[in-house]
Amino acid sequence: MKDVSIVLSGEAGQGIQTVENVLTRVLKDSGFHVFATKEYMSRVRGGNNTTEIRVSSKRVRAFVDRIDILIPLGKGATERLKNRIAEKTLIIGEEEFIKESPGEKIVVPFLNIAKQIGKSIYANSVAIGFLSGLLGADESVLKDQITRQFSGKGEDIVNDNIRAALEGYRRGQEFSQKIEFDVEKDSSIKNEVLLNGAEAVGLGAIAGGCNFVSSYPMSPSTSVLVFLSQHKNNFGIVVEQAEDEIAAMNMIIGAWYAGARGLVTTSGGGFALMEEALSLAGMIESPAVIHLAQRPGPATGLPTRTEQGDLNLALYAGHGDFPRVIYAPGNVEEAFYLTQKAFNVADKYQVPVFVLTDQYLVDSYYNLPGFDLDELKVEKHFIKTTRDYIRYVITEDGISPRGIPGYGEGLVKVDSDEHDEFGHITEDFDTRVRMVNKRLRKGEALKKELVEPKLIGDENYRVLLVAWGSTLEPIKEAIEDLNGVALLHFSQVWPIDESVSRYFEKAEKVVAVEGNATGQFANLIRQVTGFHIKDRILKYSGLQFSVEELKEKIAEVL
Amino acid sequence: MRLDEYISKDIAWCPGCGNFGIRTALMKALEELNVDPRQVVIVSGIGQAAKMPQYVGVNMFNGLHGRALPAATAIKVANPNLLVIAESGDGCMYGEGGNHFIHTIRRNPDIVNIVHDNQVYGLTKGQASPTSLKGFKTPVQVDGVILEPFNPLAVAIALDASFVARTFIGDIEFTKDILKEAIRHKGYALVDIFQPCVTFNKLNTYEWYKENTYYLKDHDPTDRELAFKRAIEDEKLPLGIFYVNKNKETFEELARKGDKTPLYEYEVNFERLKELIESKKS
Repeated sequence: MKDVSIVLSGEAGQGIQTVENVLTRVLKDSGFHVFATKEYMSRVRGGNNTTEIRVSSKRVRAFVDRIDILIPLGKGATERLKNRIAEKTLIIGEEEFIKESPGEKIVVPFLNIAKQIGKSIYANSVAIGFLSGLLGADESVLKDQITRQFSGKGEDIVNDNIRAALEGYRRGQEFSQKIEFDVEKDSSIKNEVLLNGAEAVGLGAIAGGCNFVSSYPMSPSTSVLVFLSQHKNNFGIVVEQAEDEIAAMNMIIGAWYAGARGLVTTSGGGFALMEEALSLAGMIESPAVIHLAQRPGPATGLPTRTEQGDLNLALYAGHGDFPRVIYAPGNVEEAFYLTQKAFNVADKYQVPVFVLTDQYLVDSYYNLPGFDLDELKVEKHFIKTTRDYIRYVITEDGISPRGIPGYGEGLVKVDSDEHDEFGHITEDFDTRVRMVNKRLRKGEALKKELVEPKLIGDENYRVLLVAWGSTLEPIKEAIEDLNGVALLHFSQVWPIDESVSRYFEKAEKVVAVEGNATGQFANLIRQVTGFHIKDRILKYSGLQFSVEELKEKIAEVL
Repeated sequence: MRLDEYISKDIAWCPGCGNFGIRTALMKALEELNVDPRQVVIVSGIGQAAKMPQYVGVNMFNGLHGRALPAATAIKVANPNLLVIAESGDGCMYGEGGNHFIHTIRRNPDIVNIVHDNQVYGLTKGQASPTSLKGFKTPVQVDGVILEPFNPLAVAIALDASFVARTFIGDIEFTKDILKEAIRHKGYALVDIFQPCVTFNKLNTYEWYKENTYYLKDHDPTDRELAFKRAIEDEKLPLGIFYVNKNKETFEELARKGDKTPLYEYEVNFERLKELIESKKS
């Protein structure tokens, strides 16, 4: 086997997170490619959460249904997974947790082993050790990572956990024949970084010069707020948890006005509260960067689950006509580069820019070589004003040089009312038309900086799949062995150019793949290009597409 | 640069409106303090009062209804060298923006919060405001207002706001002096200004305010309990500085750790970013 899928299943608070954190690092540092994603309930304790870790000899970046190894960490942990447990699934754990489950079983008394070493809470380290031994990870790497994990808790605890892990490791090795995991280790992987989508958005924001963050916590967007808070002191970023999303969005617009580079991170319902301020950004021509991590709605929906259901929200939010940009990164790398770019584009065109992710993307991580920072620049597009400065001077491309109060000799006047070139309130109808046109011209100018869609797969395709955002990697994996099939993936979903229809014209069949109930992007494509994508593979259960599910659905439309 | 330069000449206020007096008082206060107009931002919401920055030659952020305070707070923290004034009416600050009013006091940014309090909605033509008195009849509150009026001063003092004052625009000199104190004060400063709406409030007129207010005398503004007592008086309404707490650090001092460098000068430390990314190797 060259690609193993391990699933950890247990109640919230049972330590899945610890096992996941340490095990993925042990495996990566041992020279394996890893991918991990989690699905969890909206509660602090109890319920059932799972984490999937894929270990492979090649890069893996997508969720699979298949479970090769299942580790239940508590009673009932296998119940919700029974449809995914196959005959070949190897279930490892305490007898009482696994005895009623189908599949092949290995009883390992993690708790007893832990107790013999010292305390039952070392059971997680036994499990980490067992899996490391089973898969042939390096013993020294295991020791390092266990030490790192528990270093804050004192030498005794570290030593006990190492003993627990090594005992697990020894026992795991005994069973390594059973899974025949035969992967050549690549030592260069040790030097790769392990990042999830949320960290990539946070790092991208820092690289984009973000120095002001204001938000209200909301799953699944909070991890970006937490990440930037953790690093704010190191980078001089102001982070403020606002009283509500309305304040958060108005704050970042105020911050941009005064020359800062502001970000809000939010999810559906929270963003809904920001809509009026989004419209304010449109009117006063303020830059703004909005990280919108999607979860299923309407209303509170499924707070910790995933969906691509807020494209229309981002696209049509705010009253009145004004230009905006929406990026939808397909993976961790794109989350970094597009968030970085979002700040420059927002500043240059003085428009709100969205980074549209979802729970699946922000919570999934894998190893990657890192980022190329040398090419990245923080482009500041504001000017030092002169005494006769006029904020909204009419220009050909609609972009008026943006001044900052207190920087230069002029006054900077912005107004949410319709205004003249000075920024003063006006009800002159001709001025109104000139100002609307000026603002909309920026939308045309923005088309010069489009992130073009990527064509992946067979260039001589008969069937073209059309997708956006976080479905990139699952679809890529699902079609890698298929002839005559290609994926057209959009990581910028607005604006898009009607010339993309050239891709559709070449196909015998075009199929939209989206994580929502109505095919919001397919509808947008029709609106822009006139091309009607009738075939649609849609998912809106709250879970992301699995590779197998996509293969099946794609086979049906072929 | 003068305060009557670079302004909109088409003033949208009714003749006799109290807003004119507030404009005069504010401009005098700024002039007497020798403030450079280029270093002043007036942030306002929506309503007749919120049009103030259209008519004063300083930087203007005329934002959304109720949302002047979050924007003002962010402007101040992004550039602590600016004098930031958040100015709007009672409906905007206490109604639509009530939540921000509470939390801005908790944050304590060094801004001046001027509230034109005419106890009625003007621009929407005469409905009740949060400070309208019980029984006040309007085209919407046809049986008279049935809600208790919002008491901004009592709320502010309860939240330990660092500066709380009330004036009446019938006395422009007094208002100017209070505004000067508020501007000089370090920390959040609330100045609630009684201001008759000559068109839609036939109850709270210039005469009514004269008869129903008095100047605080021999009042110790550092005594919070006493300040609260004065704030909940409802026979005759006191005018003056109710409460001052000079021992509070400001939001921007705490959030920026004393750094006053404007954020527009900020440069990303790419070396640290590299290190941070490197740290994700293990």
